[in-house]
Amino acid sequence: MSSPHIDIDHLATLARLALTPEEKTRFTAQLGDILGYIEQLKTVNVDGVEPTAHATPIFNVLQADEPRPGLSVEDALRNAPAQRDHMIVVPRVVE
Amino acid sequence: MSDTPLHFQTVAELSTSLAAGSLTSVALTEAIIARTLAVEDRVQAFNSHDRESALEQARASDARRAAGRPLSPLDGIPIGLKDVIAVRDQPLTASSRILANFVSPYDATVTTRLRDAGMVFWGRLNLDEFAMGSSTENSATRITANPHDLTRIPGGSSGGSAASLAAGQVPATLGSDTGGSIRQPAALCGVVGLKPTYGRVSRYGLVAYASSLDQIGPFGRTVEDVAMLLQAIAGADDRDSTSFDTPVPDYRAALSAPRARPWRIGIPREYFGAGLDPAVASAVQTAIAHYQALGAEIREISLPHTEYALAAYYIIATAEASSNLARFDGVRYGHRSAEAESLLDVYFKSRAEGFGSEVKLRIILGTYVLSSGYYDAYYGRAQKVRTLIREDFIRAFGEVDVVLTPTAPTAAFKRGEKSADPLAMYLADIYTIGVNLAGLPAISVPCGFTAAGLPIGLQLIGRPFAEADLLAAAHAYDHAHAWGKRTPNL
Repeated sequence: MSSPHIDIDHLATLARLALTPEEKTRFTAQLGDILGYIEQLKTVNVDGVEPTAHATPIFNVLQADEPRPGLSVEDALRNAPAQRDHMIVVPRVVE
Repeated sequence: MSDTPLHFQTVAELSTSLAAGSLTSVALTEAIIARTLAVEDRVQAFNSHDRESALEQARASDARRAAGRPLSPLDGIPIGLKDVIAVRDQPLTASSRILANFVSPYDATVTTRLRDAGMVFWGRLNLDEFAMGSSTENSATRITANPHDLTRIPGGSSGGSAASLAAGQVPATLGSDTGGSIRQPAALCGVVGLKPTYGRVSRYGLVAYASSLDQIGPFGRTVEDVAMLLQAIAGADDRDSTSFDTPVPDYRAALSAPRARPWRIGIPREYFGAGLDPAVASAVQTAIAHYQALGAEIREISLPHTEYALAAYYIIATAEASSNLARFDGVRYGHRSAEAESLLDVYFKSRAEGFGSEVKLRIILGTYVLSSGYYDAYYGRAQKVRTLIREDFIRAFGEVDVVLTPTAPTAAFKRGEKSADPLAMYLADIYTIGVNLAGLPAISVPCGFTAAGLPIGLQLIGRPFAEADLLAAAHAYDHAHAWGKRTPNL
């Protein structure tokens, strides 16, 4: 099996993860091992097979569009790292 | 009353004593708390517990019973929850630094149902961070030991749920199972663990790992206990659109219901090949012989796509995880990096500081298989292989009632033995993963011990939503052997 190309910097950016140089080396090696193992799926004949996203026979669930009680503002903000006036504070996005 | 100490009694026994008035919930809860504290320095199963809250719940239960209004047969019995199931006003960490200070603002649906049954919440139980692992070594909070051998792992990811039960720290627990995370630790700790059919139990209030595979389920010392616990938590929920609206039968009554014809038990040859430890194989073969002696018809079957299940699983589960864990961004809840100067910094640094190694690896793997240019080759193909795996099982259930396999290829391994090699660790779930891909119910039942005294488990797999049949088949073996009542020397 050919070993797939792994661009760890690109993946870390997509995943929004700051990685240390040591982590980049280790994850690249581990990812290579796992992808090597996963290669075996290429030997399965899947012609004409429908994909399965989930295993229950449920396809569309509707409910009446009626308001009902939800979390209070206090509960929703209970774990916020920084808050002010019932809003979550983050670093400035727009100059 | 039983000679067994309170902390090693079954839920069924405790329920009988509470109903007879020979035991109060306060006395039971105090015994459980005392036992927990006496052995916790060795077992390390709990991320947190709240003594005052538990005793207050126990007093309320005793008051209900004194007034002649117990809520259910479970009223007053303590239960521990894996630390991924929300209980309002209690901490929820998922054994991750990123949720170190999180307090649940609401109850999970299973929590609500256990409250409605009168159960007493005792403790939040350790796991592999975000339920990613097979040994509970990937926890940011503590390393849990196997009560049968403290130098060995309890299995995972619900290692705290299995170990606390085996150690007598709590008579019942809940875990979650995405690829074997209930069944494998149940087998390794010598207790019973059930993964219900996908959709049988609501996932509302469960921290999501892989949403198309995750399912909450109970641990108990016996199949009967697990049946009683499933009764309390099963059923449709309008807060989980994947929960399925099909009747919830009386699972406990089904255990001893007369059967019109003998069990037909399928033995898949693919589950007894290379990599299976001889001691495990021998214990499972002895259990098969027991079923045969009970009159069951044993048929060799084939599940030909078994060898591809692990590869398909690690694509699908990590793809879903990379998406689910995007919510941990340091903005609305969870850890926020003190070093962050921009919004992007908040994302990159909070996640880097908050997640452990295995979680980062799985997020990166999931990102890879979903990324442009690789999606069809990996994720799309894995979903098609998932169909083939499910069809294998459906075909088998045309000729058998249940499928019997080992739960795990080996008994509990040593701490540190596999932690440097993720792929070797993943192989610990080789016999449990196909069930999640197919969405089926499956149970691990203790079936003996190795020469070194380590528990061994067998797995029974059932048809979708046929938990009553599955539990009855498991009970037929379990009530005759009750290996789960063999307690460790701690």
